[in-house]
Amino acid sequence: MNNLRGVYTIWYRDILRFWRDRIRLIGAFFFPLLFLFVFGSGLSSRMALFGSGINFVQFMFPGIIGMTVLMSSFMAGVSVVWDREFGFLKEVLVAPISRASVAGGKTLGAATVALIQGTVILLFAPLVGISLSPQMVLVLLPLMFLLAAAMGSFGILLATRIRTVEAFQAVMQMLTFPMVFLSGVFFSLQDVPTWMSVLAKINPATYGIATIRQVVLEAPPDSPFGINLLGHTMSLWNNVALLAVFGTAMTLLAMRSLGSQE
Amino acid sequence: MNDYIIKVENLVKKFGQLVAVDNISFSVAPGEIFGFLGPNGAGKTTTINILCTLSKPTSGRAMVNGYDVVRQQSQVRQSIGLVFQDPSLDERLSGLQNLRFHALVYHVPASVREQRIEQVLKMMELWDKRHIVVRNYSGGMKRRLELARGLLHHPKVLFLDEPTLGLDPQTRNRIWEYILELRRREGTTIFLTTHYMDEADKADRIAIIDHGKLVAMDTSERLKKIVGKDIISVRTSDDKRAVEEIRLRYQIKARRDSNGLTFEVVSGEKFLPTFIKEFGTKILSVNLRSPSLDDVFLKLTGREIREETGDAFKAMFRRHGRRMRR
Repeated sequence: MNNLRGVYTIWYRDILRFWRDRIRLIGAFFFPLLFLFVFGSGLSSRMALFGSGINFVQFMFPGIIGMTVLMSSFMAGVSVVWDREFGFLKEVLVAPISRASVAGGKTLGAATVALIQGTVILLFAPLVGISLSPQMVLVLLPLMFLLAAAMGSFGILLATRIRTVEAFQAVMQMLTFPMVFLSGVFFSLQDVPTWMSVLAKINPATYGIATIRQVVLEAPPDSPFGINLLGHTMSLWNNVALLAVFGTAMTLLAMRSLGSQE
Repeated sequence: MNDYIIKVENLVKKFGQLVAVDNISFSVAPGEIFGFLGPNGAGKTTTINILCTLSKPTSGRAMVNGYDVVRQQSQVRQSIGLVFQDPSLDERLSGLQNLRFHALVYHVPASVREQRIEQVLKMMELWDKRHIVVRNYSGGMKRRLELARGLLHHPKVLFLDEPTLGLDPQTRNRIWEYILELRRREGTTIFLTTHYMDEADKADRIAIIDHGKLVAMDTSERLKKIVGKDIISVRTSDDKRAVEEIRLRYQIKARRDSNGLTFEVVSGEKFLPTFIKEFGTKILSVNLRSPSLDDVFLKLTGREIREETGDAFKAMFRRHGRRMRR
């Protein structure tokens, strides 16, 4: 009960801060939409169609949703580093709530903000000629949340070990871009060189992006949009399980890391 | 309850080779204002960090409100309020939101939450400013908000780590009024660290700490009796001759410094009139004062407490090094 309240309080503060700073939502949309409409439209004519009338922008759309969620949640760990620099982390660490609930609340906060941002991108679906049924949206929301929680806990784990905002941002950039590029946001992972395919499959984000794409484009797991891991075609539930295991592991490590801090 | 609310036994904290706290023991009675006095880097903040569960002792034991600071962290945290040396507010939230957050994590019952927030904000005269984002508060307002926050959950012990560091004298006085008012009204025990002498004087008891060791612990008055004598400073037309005359006439060794001569005598009020009457060297000015805690520290350690503040960079470096470990 106490732990739940702790998680809720930490989560609530993150949401409150996001709401106070909601102008940054605009910034959060600008970048993905730029990719989608400028990059996507520019390359569209040069890219082969993916069969069944899906064009390049439509192919990229679910990837951009995934990218928005991934980047937002992954970078959210910066708030832990900020809190440390501004001293607020001390207020949290001496409070009578467990360190585990602090890590849990932070992960949920990161995931919630990322989900809001991803959902707004979702609203642009009609502009790229994709119609989403309510059922599809109901599947997409938890998927986005799962991807966000998994990446968010990873970011928070790193944040518990990095002391300055500058260092954190440098590390995050070094990780974010390879993760985005190697997750199939911009191109299909079907015909890439072996080294790239291996890296993409190590990248947990790949499974989230692929799942979102399969749902948005209504494609089956054994289509070019699916992932074949060691000869096994990953079903939607396989992907979900993989992300959940990754996210849980990262959250547990973040809880432990925060718990051992003096 | 027991006759003490904080009990520390043989506490040691090492950071690698550095012994920050070196085998100290003391206890604090409920309702007491207990001051930790010492130069920067003496081990004051390290001790507070151990008492408030932010840091684990290398050896020894500490109890707060009857709970062990290592094994019963959660109960200890619930029992204490803290005002840190460095600010620890969420600058992007309003004062009110900072307090609401605090009330939630400290389990202040919902039925009294808003009423208590109003009470502490009014006490600190921040009620009108409650909707302003903390980033726009002045240094003094931030400190007052931190004090308000520290009181919100009615802690048994309030830890104040250099509570008025860097504040102007007016704000310092106001904050002290609040602290004394609080003790009077709530009976809160106050544990404070400082290197301001006048601030330490407000404590019921003072522990002097230097290089991680307790050098003395008593009331301010009794500590000053360690020095025992009153201090007289004189400026004369010929200081060299005056030193010699004091030595021959009273068998007292006077020190020469930038302000002339300084020497110590028992009951200066009685000494001074005869001194002025019979002294052969021409006196330009005389100053008599009772010993301060500064003199106590000097007597006990052979150094002035302020010496280290001149070396602020080194002290800062040391403090920063410690923060890195947290």
